[in-house]
Amino acid sequence: MTVLLEARTISKKFGGVQALKDVSLTIRRSEIYGLIGPNGAGKTTFFNVLTGLYARDAGEVMFAGKPLELGSPHQVAQAGIARTFQNIRLFGNMTALENVMVGRHVRTQAGVFGAILRTAAQRAEEAAIRRRAEELLHYVGIAHRAGDLARHLSYGDQRRLEIARALATEPQLLALDEPAAGMNATETAALRELVEGLRADGLTVLLIEHDVKLVMGLCDRVAVLDYGEKIAEDVPAVVRADPKVIEAYLGTSAH
Amino acid sequence: MNRKTIGFILVALALLALPLVLTQVGTAWVRIANLAILFVFLSLGLNIVVGMAGLLDLGYIAFYAVGAYVWALLASPHFGLHLPFWVILPVGALCACVAGAVLGAPTLRLRGDYLAIVTLGFGEIVRIFMNNLSAPFNITNGPKGITRIDGFSVGGLDFRATDTFLGIDFTGPAKYYYVLLLLLLGVIIVNLRLQKSRIGRAWVAIREDEVAAKAAGINTRNVKLLAFAMGASFGGIAGGMFAAMQGFVSPESFILHESIMVLAMVVLGGMGNVWGVIAGALLLSFVPEFLRYTVEPVQKALFGHLLVEPEVLRMLIFGAALVLTMRFRPAGLWPEARHQKEMGEMKEADA
Amino acid sequence: MDILLQQIINGLTTGSVYAIVALGYTMVYGVIQLINFAHGEVVMIGAMVAFSVIMAVVGMGLPLPPVVIVLGGVLAAIPVCMAIGYLLERVAYRPLRHAPRLAPLITAIGMSIVLQHLALLIWGRDPRAFPQIMENTSHAIGGAAISSVQIAIILLSVAMMAGLTWFVYRTKFGIAIRATAEDVRVAALMGVDANRVIAVTFVIAAALGAVAGVMVGTYYGIAHYTMGFILGLKAFSAAVLGGIGNLAGAMLGGILLGLVEALGAGYIGEFTDLCQWPVARDLLAERCMADGHVVLFGSNYQDVFAFLVLILVLVFRPSGLLGERVSERA
Repeated sequence: MTVLLEARTISKKFGGVQALKDVSLTIRRSEIYGLIGPNGAGKTTFFNVLTGLYARDAGEVMFAGKPLELGSPHQVAQAGIARTFQNIRLFGNMTALENVMVGRHVRTQAGVFGAILRTAAQRAEEAAIRRRAEELLHYVGIAHRAGDLARHLSYGDQRRLEIARALATEPQLLALDEPAAGMNATETAALRELVEGLRADGLTVLLIEHDVKLVMGLCDRVAVLDYGEKIAEDVPAVVRADPKVIEAYLGTSAH
Repeated sequence: MNRKTIGFILVALALLALPLVLTQVGTAWVRIANLAILFVFLSLGLNIVVGMAGLLDLGYIAFYAVGAYVWALLASPHFGLHLPFWVILPVGALCACVAGAVLGAPTLRLRGDYLAIVTLGFGEIVRIFMNNLSAPFNITNGPKGITRIDGFSVGGLDFRATDTFLGIDFTGPAKYYYVLLLLLLGVIIVNLRLQKSRIGRAWVAIREDEVAAKAAGINTRNVKLLAFAMGASFGGIAGGMFAAMQGFVSPESFILHESIMVLAMVVLGGMGNVWGVIAGALLLSFVPEFLRYTVEPVQKALFGHLLVEPEVLRMLIFGAALVLTMRFRPAGLWPEARHQKEMGEMKEADA
Repeated sequence: MDILLQQIINGLTTGSVYAIVALGYTMVYGVIQLINFAHGEVVMIGAMVAFSVIMAVVGMGLPLPPVVIVLGGVLAAIPVCMAIGYLLERVAYRPLRHAPRLAPLITAIGMSIVLQHLALLIWGRDPRAFPQIMENTSHAIGGAAISSVQIAIILLSVAMMAGLTWFVYRTKFGIAIRATAEDVRVAALMGVDANRVIAVTFVIAAALGAVAGVMVGTYYGIAHYTMGFILGLKAFSAAVLGGIGNLAGAMLGGILLGLVEALGAGYIGEFTDLCQWPVARDLLAERCMADGHVVLFGSNYQDVFAFLVLILVLVFRPSGLLGERVSERA
């Protein structure tokens, strides 16, 4: 299997706290890669560095064979990494459909003059954006809510909408930050089905999750962070048996 | 023909006939209508910046000033230049646009309230320069302003004189009215089309959640700069028309209060909603006139003299309008259709 | 006369005033992360109230020492401004604490317009001249002059800064303010009444503003209903220069801005005199011969400096000299 993303010795400090210390990991194409760790282990920090939200202190990322420009989140999205947020961030006063249409921004180019003059190219692009957004809403299973404001959607539907918006940017890697947080068992099962479907369609998924059972059941490989350092990276069965992991994490919370 | 089309035609006819009717009442009323249209135009320009992109611009009138001074300098005896409108208006828009970009580039990456205060300061700076750029080289003629500015003219048609066409007298202000109406139509179309476009969606997304907009792949800095520069350009065009119409510009016309007035129009009407902004601008444009014809005589009758000048009362009303709108109808008097649902629900939740 | 020293003295005086006003911006920003747009108007009202009281007392012809009369003006201005500060928080900020950021800014602007025009109604459109009752003796120091009013302003400002620092760092309420500034939710969990802390912060800021208003009024001898706008803008620039949200930063920023402005206004004419540049001198030979100077920008551009400082700080060091980050937080 080919490597899609390789993070090398990523470090990040907040004041005196070393949030990430020389974290290196490799994500292969079309796998579901889980990133777990106790609270404050640096999972979300890693995520924010990877998606350009935080500036890193050291390290580099190779993505699809090229060095990844981490200067700004939109450059990361352009390169093909899309993300969701732990505490859902939608455009509340836009409809579900519009939210997904915004995700198409980075793959389209109509400018101000095209819009004002309603050129043929602009109209065609606009129609394509809408069509694609509708498809994606259908794909994540909330096509019937297309015309509703995002803030009026149920919690589970908001998660789905956020994933649809991320998918609209045509990512090669979809990074989900605790997608199951706050979900009940039914919603989690449905989410799991959705993520498995994404992989079946060839997408690579990076998953940060608290729900260890979900990660172990869903992921092809798992990395464990503890105090900003990676202490394990392997298939779930091996990670589960790793004494370091048991000590740091599973030993205290998985039983 | 359906009802919508008929209604549209009726409104169009009424708008076309308006100056002829107003001329009968008094040419002053046509001038008032012209200024109202100009302010609607300005509000729609500011709506792009504040309403759609959520960038609080408190120095918007500075761009209006740039446009006005560009017209004044390029079409008056001050420098002896008399260029035609189709050169000056684009140059004015461009100058305002550049000013907007120069101001926006360093500040748009900062939080919104910084932009607000920087634009506030910028408005003041522009005024200081207008006031002082008369020495050592006389560029703006200082506080005295520039006089005898050329009016608008198209192919020999003089917009200052009265022309008779089909037996109807068209006064100068009436002719300006039609030009302004045409420009207004343009800015309405621009607003409506932008609202439903890739860039317009990006603006609203930034207004709603900037971090999420970035993560969704929007280059927020450039897109915000675009909104800022576009708004500024419209300000520049409006300023040019103002100079042509008045025949005189001075720094006095471009004080902070004018920026606040345009902001109040956008906020009161409904940020982001084109029709709401138009309604808000018309409403607030006629407030001073209304006050002049009601408050003055009433006070004189009651107290024998003027206690509160209409001008002061107007500012008090604008200030209070900003406070009350934000407090009780944050989406404005005429909110965007999709917000209307919201307001209803909020009331239900309150009950 | 030593122009440099003189400008430094003048700069320290205005700088002290900026520092006191800047403290008002920075304290409010500290607890609610919002700019109090109407703070400049509070300062203006302070000056106006003091003006009225001083005029009234002088009019009565009581045989009071001038210092007492001015002090009376200050003591009258403080409660009025505190009430306005409280009103501002209750009307413009508190009801909108969870609204989008734009909303409280707009209400604050609305409030500042209302305050300005109420002041216009009460005190009139024309500038009001402060009665020059304080004997303004000049003291010579090293080739420059410092007036007793200047000395009073500088000393009073230092005393107020010291008092405020003590209050914020040494008293229980000060600690509550700092806790709220750090994290409202955690402070609330610890039993701090955030609403009360925020309201008190507005009130203290307004009290500082009242004193600053009287200082400006006595220093320039004039008060006007629009004076709060430019003063507020400058003090805000000072707060940003020092690092908004940071008390020491506001003091440092105020003093620095005062110095920059005084020195800038004092020397810009000299620096932008075209006759000193050979190429320009040749082009403008006639005018240089006739007037000796062709000054591009004179001291009438003084008000531009604060704004330039603001822009430069925002471009090169948005966190200010001593402050926290101000760019969009995640």
